[in-house]
Amino acid sequence: MVFLSQLISGISLGGIYSLIALGYTMVYGIAKMLNFAHGDVIMIGAFVIYTSVVSAGLNPVLGVLIAMVFCTVLGVLIERLAYKPLRQATSLAVLITAIGVSYFLQNVALLIFGSDTKQFSSVVSLEPVSLAGGELVISGETIITIAVSVVIMVALYLFVNKTKPGKAMLAVSEDKGAAQLMGINVNGTIALTFAIGSALAAVAGALLCSSYPALSPYTGAMPGIKAFVAAVFGGIGSIPGAMIGGILLGIIENLSKAYISSQLSDAIVFAVLIFVLLIRPTGIMGKKINEKV
Amino acid sequence: MAMLEVRNLNVYFGVIQAIKDISFNVDKGEVVALIGANGAGKTTTLHTITGLIAPKSGSITLDGKDIVKVPAHKIVSMGMAHVPEGRRVFASLSVYDNLKMGAYTRKDKNEINNSLEMVFEYFPRLKERRSQVAGTLSGGEQQMLAMGRALMSNPSIILMDEPSMGLSPLYVGEIFEIIKKIKNEGATVLLVEQNANMALSVANRAYVLETGKIIMDGAASDLLNDERVRKAYLGA
Repeated sequence: MVFLSQLISGISLGGIYSLIALGYTMVYGIAKMLNFAHGDVIMIGAFVIYTSVVSAGLNPVLGVLIAMVFCTVLGVLIERLAYKPLRQATSLAVLITAIGVSYFLQNVALLIFGSDTKQFSSVVSLEPVSLAGGELVISGETIITIAVSVVIMVALYLFVNKTKPGKAMLAVSEDKGAAQLMGINVNGTIALTFAIGSALAAVAGALLCSSYPALSPYTGAMPGIKAFVAAVFGGIGSIPGAMIGGILLGIIENLSKAYISSQLSDAIVFAVLIFVLLIRPTGIMGKKINEKV
Repeated sequence: MAMLEVRNLNVYFGVIQAIKDISFNVDKGEVVALIGANGAGKTTTLHTITGLIAPKSGSITLDGKDIVKVPAHKIVSMGMAHVPEGRRVFASLSVYDNLKMGAYTRKDKNEINNSLEMVFEYFPRLKERRSQVAGTLSGGEQQMLAMGRALMSNPSIILMDEPSMGLSPLYVGEIFEIIKKIKNEGATVLLVEQNANMALSVANRAYVLETGKIIMDGAASDLLNDERVRKAYLGA
């Protein structure tokens, strides 16, 4: 029962990692850049919820929606102001800029909210569910996190594979020039990708801080890096890869904490990443297309 | 009136001038070939026309409208399709999805389906392989797909960049048969080719490009018999 309980909370944590990893992997697939500020967008989203729910007393669901809109606009603005001017620049310049944006967001949050840790109040009002005669108790946060993650992943999968803007994203991620020749607006598609990734980051922020209610300007940093690992783990650029990578990472991390050592859990996560990359350098779902030349 | 008119075009890559003051035109219903050796500037010319590269100076008009400042993604809906060098099909998408991408800017479902039927008539092989992933097609089939994808936009002019490149002689023959068929249907084509023999056999007129300059032009049949062209480009 303890194992099952740990497994379920691992899946829940993994769902959050997946939502963040999707933002990393979609942006990488389309703009060919690592947006290291992505983790901090989560933190900003969580602060928007904190402000609107705890300070302004709004309904938590409304708070999450406000945060999604706020982060969408923020993500598009970051892309427009910081990354778009560097479209022709070297990838190193873009990477350094992304790290700069990350520090910028952390410091803006420091300036506004200070460095002390805030007590985040959960946006979930679902009662815990007790199974197997009270031996297995699943918290409302865990249930909602898993449910929301699954719904978002299915919706995103359908959006990318079945709709016209989604297929345009696939085309841009493969060949920007050819996509332009088809009449696809590449800049518009990149902006759309940042918008979707950032909205997902806001949801991830809400779920993360509901399960782990300590909020500070550095809250987004570690989950951001772990989700990046999840994206690489699953095969960066691959949407199903980010989903699988995130969930596996959450499970590995939680089980390591429960059965091996909570101090070593991060080290174990990274060791597994290295091991997977040794066997499959492109990640679990990494693209391997047999292209004839 | 010329369908496509290029006047005094100059293109630079940094300090290197790739295209030197070239002018040419393509009339409606004509197949015009742009021939020349590797590095002469043929692909650069096409990329400049469809807006993937910005020229330093010169004018490009399509149906009388200046398109130099029009972004690349707006060109196709103005009636110009581009079959890029190296085919550049979307390798992870199916044949069918690739063709649908060609009709990205079109709205009318019935018209798109008519174009699809037409493409499948030109290329029965694409119909057979419609659900296959494009990256697994042979080079010749990918070339067919790239051409079909361009036709899906229902263009009034098609730019084709090296359709014979890297194909077996069998496929080269097949591809040029299809270009002839498209020509006989009244299509307007600007054809860029290193295979001058093939290009001149299908074109009405041709321009010879050498290190960024047009050094010769005329009726394709005349160029085919021209001593200098034969020596330099036809290997005779």
